[in-house]
Amino acid sequence: MDYLAVQLFNGLVNGSFYALLSLGLAVIFGMMRIVNFAHGAFYMLGAFVAYLLLQELGVGFWPSLLIAPLLIAVVGMVVERTLLRRLSGLDPLYGFLFTFGLTLLIQDGMRLRFGLQGQPYATPAELAGTVALGPVTYPVYRLFVVVFCLIASVAVWFVIERTRLGMVVRAATERAELTRALGVNVDRWVTPMFGFGLGLAALAGVLAAPMRNVSPLMGSELIILTFAVVVIGGMGSISGAIVAGFLVGVLSSVGAIFDPAVEGIVAFALMAGLLLVRPSGLFGSLDAR
Amino acid sequence: MRRPGRVAIVAVIALAAALALPRVLYPVLALNILAYGLFAMAIDLLLGFGGLLSFGHAAYWGVAGYTAGLVARDAGAPYPLAVLAGVLAAAALAVPLGYLSLRRTGIYFTMVTLAFAQMLYYVANEARGITGGENGLQGIPRTLAGLSLGPSLSFYYAALPLVIVGYLAAYRIVHSPFGHVLVSIRDNEARAQALGYDTARYKLIAFVLSAALAGLAGSIYALGQRFASLELLHWSTSGEVVLMTVLGGLGTLWGGILGAGVFLLLRDFLSTSELLRDAPGVVTGSIFIVIVLGLRRGLWPALTGLASRLPWIRPAEKTAG
Repeated sequence: MDYLAVQLFNGLVNGSFYALLSLGLAVIFGMMRIVNFAHGAFYMLGAFVAYLLLQELGVGFWPSLLIAPLLIAVVGMVVERTLLRRLSGLDPLYGFLFTFGLTLLIQDGMRLRFGLQGQPYATPAELAGTVALGPVTYPVYRLFVVVFCLIASVAVWFVIERTRLGMVVRAATERAELTRALGVNVDRWVTPMFGFGLGLAALAGVLAAPMRNVSPLMGSELIILTFAVVVIGGMGSISGAIVAGFLVGVLSSVGAIFDPAVEGIVAFALMAGLLLVRPSGLFGSLDAR
Repeated sequence: MRRPGRVAIVAVIALAAALALPRVLYPVLALNILAYGLFAMAIDLLLGFGGLLSFGHAAYWGVAGYTAGLVARDAGAPYPLAVLAGVLAAAALAVPLGYLSLRRTGIYFTMVTLAFAQMLYYVANEARGITGGENGLQGIPRTLAGLSLGPSLSFYYAALPLVIVGYLAAYRIVHSPFGHVLVSIRDNEARAQALGYDTARYKLIAFVLSAALAGLAGSIYALGQRFASLELLHWSTSGEVVLMTVLGGLGTLWGGILGAGVFLLLRDFLSTSELLRDAPGVVTGSIFIVIVLGLRRGLWPALTGLASRLPWIRPAEKTAG
């Protein structure tokens, strides 16, 4: 029973990362129809920014939580303006291939500089230690990650689904031409939204730094799993990304109780099953394909 | 190019080049180029002619490689049988995975294929008893009728006919009535449906054929390396072969061999570089970006365009046109 509880928490922690990453993917896809393969690479860059801020400038975890996403967002906006924009209007597969090339470049570029050895990042002092939750003790930092990601996810959901800015973004997502005809400058929002999506990836990276070693390949497996999560949730659906993220995290960890080998496969099995019965995903509509 | 005489001349030149290749390069690299070339043609069959980008073909390449390796090593089968087993395994796997993946279209299809390939990667990693896990499958023999084809040069020539069969099969598929229906589905699926074609079935058949070709290539590759490892199944393999295909030129079929050749020669060159040996992605990733941004038609059209400007080829182009 204790083990189940621990695995449940672990699942929520993993799910937090899936949710945050697939949320960023959903925002970018919604706005630009681009599946950002480089999302895992920017997650890794976020972690490295936090690591380097600490090593080189002595800037701690809390400022990094703000600085790293902003910095990565700016980098992303420059990439969008200078390069990615040239691909707008083409088959989405070119955007996908572009971001794939970008991933190789970023990953191996970082590998050139830092090697494959993971760099440790200390847990912030305020969140060190463990806390007793009923029968189990659990690291405080991990609980913080879950709570923080939940709040961040709900905040993003609120902005997209309940504010005027979100309304513009959603309108542009569904009927870009019509939205333009109504006098909304859709293109103005493309660059900031791309930066915002990457900022979410970087945020996840900073949060991951104290838990996982900071290394150039830390995002390389994660991104594929996130794709499965996105397919499960329904591409482009904000609430789908959040729910599917936590769902996959929890089911994978609980599955590991029966057989550790199951953990890596749950997400894909879930995806396969859903493709059979509901190809549009939990919250998606087949219309937006 | 349509004139029989010219086709024969080009075929003879190509065959001579294939025979000379392992003498110019070293045999393992030469065979890798042929195998990856076939792999890229399998991708092109699906993407260039069917409009379906699979980012998970490492699954078929890898499963065929492992199957061929196991059949050759543990059952002591001669290499053509091992290759056949690999092809069948890849095709059999492609039926359910293709069916599921094709329930989505466009970029979703791409993501689903990628995810399924990653699932196989996990499975192969866990099934250490069969695949050898991290250590891979080592010491794969290749024999024929008691003959051991140990040296890489011998095996190159032994494998060459199988590779050529693969090339011709891909060519035949693309230029058959089936291939034309596939192109019509790519250009306008609704219209093809309206004309009475069961497009879902056509796409699934194309997927399975493409996977079988990828399996043929993967089996030959694994036997050529005498080694099957998890890297065969990794997503970077799926990505690299797509890069080769796009580099060669989508919808050109033969461009795949050109793309594979350029890519593998470049990587071979990079492996001699002290600096970039461990980080070839800096170069290959940049190439990918440049191609997508500025060279989307690929190298093959550029090459044939150049060739058609040569004075002694120009008249033929006119008769063909």
